[in-house]
Amino acid sequence: MAAKIAYEDVEAGTELPACTFPVDRERLVRYAGASGDFNPIHWNERFAKEVGLPDVIAHGMFTMAEAIRVVTDWTGDPGAVVEYGVRFTRPVVVPDDDKGASVEVSGKVAAKLDGEARTVRVDLTVMSAGQKVLGMSRAVVRLA
Amino acid sequence: MALDQSFVGRSYPPTAPYEVGREKIREFAEAIGDTNPAYTDRAAAEALGHPDVIAPPTFVFAITFRAARQVTEDPQLGLDYSRVVHGDQKFAYTRPVRAGDRLTVTSTIESVRSMAGNDILDVRGEVHDESGEHVVTAHTKLVARGAEEEQPASQTGEA
Repeated sequence: MAAKIAYEDVEAGTELPACTFPVDRERLVRYAGASGDFNPIHWNERFAKEVGLPDVIAHGMFTMAEAIRVVTDWTGDPGAVVEYGVRFTRPVVVPDDDKGASVEVSGKVAAKLDGEARTVRVDLTVMSAGQKVLGMSRAVVRLA
Repeated sequence: MALDQSFVGRSYPPTAPYEVGREKIREFAEAIGDTNPAYTDRAAAEALGHPDVIAPPTFVFAITFRAARQVTEDPQLGLDYSRVVHGDQKFAYTRPVRAGDRLTVTSTIESVRSMAGNDILDVRGEVHDESGEHVVTAHTKLVARGAEEEQPASQTGEA
């Protein structure tokens, strides 16, 4: 494919441009509709609190979708992602105010895997409200 | 109640094909706020070497998770879905999903474990296109939290 970053141009430790993604209630409603995940913990505060959550929380898959953008914005070609996995460790709590929450994502090249396949492993750090919300967040990416 | 180990390795029949629409991809990309033109502009996708617009990497989860209902709603397995949370998610791609794909999913139970009163279920969803070529495999870990009364006192805490 056609990633704009070349394998030769990165080393273990190369940092990807970090990004912050805002998330408010409107965004969660849009994501629910687009993904088909209408679990009420993602839009109904009364229900979320009844099941023991502090407030409405973002879909884990929404957070996962935002986190990989740091990689796909970097390579330019989303088709360069060969593997991508996360562990959902903490919810992103989204209050019903004019600010909502934000997901802060940074990433770095953890290892160059295969010179022939031109693949590298990128480790992502995904935070919200000062806490890590995804664990083991890793992607294997094929570079140019 | 612990899930039955004999379910490990069980595969479910392939789903009916899901046809990936370009407007569905656009809607998903807009919902996650991602303006990468490879998702909406065929010429931009072609410039990257793709035959048509492609979907964001996590788009396929909507398809594989729907397919996994065959597992989570299998009355013989007896999973209490009201207690299920998503633990881990991983995708391994042969190629990106793209507009026009007609995708089928074959779900397999990879493992069943009980830990600290929770049931942990790993489901693998193999996604193939119409010609039978592999597109992506989704690995989904689901955790069914144990009912409180079934947990030892040390696990329940004061909350």
